[in-house]
Amino acid sequence: MQMSERASVPKEERTDEEQAETETVDGVATGAESVVAGLQNAGVEHLFGVQGGAIMPVYDALYEHEEMDHITMAHEQGAAHAADAYGIVRGKPGVCLATSGPGATNLITGLADANMDSDPVIALTGQVPTDFVGNDAFQETDTIGVTQPVTKYNKFAESSDTVGDSIGEAWALANEGRQGPTLVDLPKDVTQSETDVAPGLPETPDTYNPPTEADQVIVQEAADALANAERPAILAGGGVIKGEACEELRAFAREYEIPVVTTMPGTGSFPEDDELSLGIAGMHGTGYGNLTISNSDVLLGIGTRFDDRLTGGIDTFAPDADIIHVDIDPAEISKNVEADYPLIGDAAVVIEQLDEALTQSPPAGEWREQCQTWKEEYPLDYEMPEDEPLKPQYVVEKYDEVTDDDCIVAAGVGQHQMWAWQYWTWKKPRTWVTSHGLGTMGYAVPAAIGAKVAAPDQEVVAFDGDGSFLMTAQGLSVAVREGLNITIVVLNNEAVGMVRQWQDGFYEGRRMASEYPWIPEFDKLAEAFGAQGLRLEDPDEVEETIQQAREYEGPTVIDAIIDPTENVYPMVPSGGDNARFALNEEHLDQL
Amino acid sequence: MLPKGRRNKQGIRIDPEAEAEHQPERALLSALVKHEPGVLAEVSGLFSRRQFNIESLTVGATIDDDFARMTIVIEEPRPGIDQAKKQLEKLIPVISVRELDRDAVQRELVIVKVNGTEPDKVNAITDMYNGETMDAGPRTITIQLTGDHQKIDDALDAYRQFGIREIARTGYSALARGEAPTAQVSEPNQAPTDAQTATEEAADD
Repeated sequence: MQMSERASVPKEERTDEEQAETETVDGVATGAESVVAGLQNAGVEHLFGVQGGAIMPVYDALYEHEEMDHITMAHEQGAAHAADAYGIVRGKPGVCLATSGPGATNLITGLADANMDSDPVIALTGQVPTDFVGNDAFQETDTIGVTQPVTKYNKFAESSDTVGDSIGEAWALANEGRQGPTLVDLPKDVTQSETDVAPGLPETPDTYNPPTEADQVIVQEAADALANAERPAILAGGGVIKGEACEELRAFAREYEIPVVTTMPGTGSFPEDDELSLGIAGMHGTGYGNLTISNSDVLLGIGTRFDDRLTGGIDTFAPDADIIHVDIDPAEISKNVEADYPLIGDAAVVIEQLDEALTQSPPAGEWREQCQTWKEEYPLDYEMPEDEPLKPQYVVEKYDEVTDDDCIVAAGVGQHQMWAWQYWTWKKPRTWVTSHGLGTMGYAVPAAIGAKVAAPDQEVVAFDGDGSFLMTAQGLSVAVREGLNITIVVLNNEAVGMVRQWQDGFYEGRRMASEYPWIPEFDKLAEAFGAQGLRLEDPDEVEETIQQAREYEGPTVIDAIIDPTENVYPMVPSGGDNARFALNEEHLDQL
Repeated sequence: MLPKGRRNKQGIRIDPEAEAEHQPERALLSALVKHEPGVLAEVSGLFSRRQFNIESLTVGATIDDDFARMTIVIEEPRPGIDQAKKQLEKLIPVISVRELDRDAVQRELVIVKVNGTEPDKVNAITDMYNGETMDAGPRTITIQLTGDHQKIDDALDAYRQFGIREIARTGYSALARGEAPTAQVSEPNQAPTDAQTATEEAADD
């Protein structure tokens, strides 16, 4: 059968999501075409990948599918991060492709990142032909073996007749229940072999049944605890956003007047300009957010895994609180912090259950006043000099001022990420795109690409550090080629700043391998890539520079030379008590 | 304002005056898994990367070709056992997991090769432990024994006087006692039906 004769579903007809989900492609000739049909059945519109020997049959099958937009990345790590960011923004799996061996191993950081953050991603990797597997063939790696610990599910494709269904299954598993990365390893003989079996719609295995409703008895007990709480608080995690429960959360918190703190992945689930918002919690969370959690007597954690960067020392984490833990993954219950009321289920459903079971607002008037007092006592703050040096927090605030609430912010990992998180006022979910659990430096540039492809109508800005930027700067070539309107603000302090901050705080200032004696001029580097490059040093030029970047058609890099002495505060030392946070260096010494 | 309470390392709220932590205990887990390549690696990888302490792990076919049964003996404090069960259940090829009661039918097999210089005494011990001689020569005698952990340990102690050359132990295989199901094909997060509970209770009696 000729490629051109194959029935494909034109993009126009697939705009309606429901329609896309009920139509399947019928008629395939090879395993590779079955792979593509599997992606089509899942409604995939974009792919991020890098070509290579063993994946070539799949790329060849994509040749005539212009309705599926393939973005050729500069590095497979970037492909995985771009797919991850795409998944965060869209809420549906992002797709990345790579060849066998080094292609597959380069994906691993991105898959591990997605695994930690429960981001929906599906990776397709080429593999040497089945007969060669195990013989150390050219570009052979045991991809299934090396990706097993960092994926939700992976599968070695066995036959051209079933490979399309394997793709559908992996896509569905990435998407449903607790989301996460999945991978299908595609031996070249499987993709090249003939088949006439067209794949069906994406389906999870029969044995996969993620929970929806929580146990009604425990719901009632939890609601009773909440109704009588004098110091209630909600800790909203990434699961609120992943579970599309932001509206339910907002309505619930407002109806019962319960203060809300968000985790880093939960940022945007509750608007920070709401009076009930107590900002963010954790190592670099707000003082008032941490005090609220620490002093609560009933803590409702939704879609959070109580990660150590959030809890600080477990011995002092909300030690007086009865914990109501809502999570779709039973394994998260009582993993790090014991749940007094385990509610296993879908966040949106369980919030509704709680709403029905709750008969009154908790008697927490005084508590809410206390929370507001903390807000006034410990505001996020930095010293702003008359002129230079430029403060990174100021750059973030100014960018936030000129953009609307839909603006997507990507970030790498380090001090710049914390400043972006702290000083941006978050109002909407799926606008904060960063690496949380894995802490992957280099995430920002490819993430900005993935986010922009996912949401072309939304503004995208990436805050990056100089160290982080240098890890994946090659992605600029992709942004230029694709003509993406993104801005990358490099908050440049000529150091791996967070490491330096720790060395100054905990290693007696012994700055081993954290400072760069020399780094490239990033504005010129950007120009060499074909992007607009701007250099920013003067605080008076911040607004003008931002404007210049926003008006430019194509990617811009702002090399913002910031005060190298600026550090991230508040800070709770690793394993410390969240109620005892340092607001500055001297304070840190006293802890 | 600083809260007064404290939690222990397992995240459980405690009385700071009397810090109590769970002590390790032994648990017998049975997992029904898909009979396909890589599942053993996935399960053993899970135990090693999450630092669960396993004493033994056996795997074998079931009457249904699509499924295999794994029997795992784990030694962990109670929260660790619960966590191990839940992490196991999370693996896509794992169909269901159940912790078996102490009264479950459980057996281990050992093959032990001892010096053959005193065959009569060796045979006496083999008879005492209901073992079976599998191979006997002028220099070595190889015996097969089954039983629980304690019985096998005792038998090995008894053989030690002759000089044990090598042993191979299988680790536990086990099934729930009576009509109670071990680990079956059913929805993992579904509460047991009344009928199931009734059967289990009957079996417990």
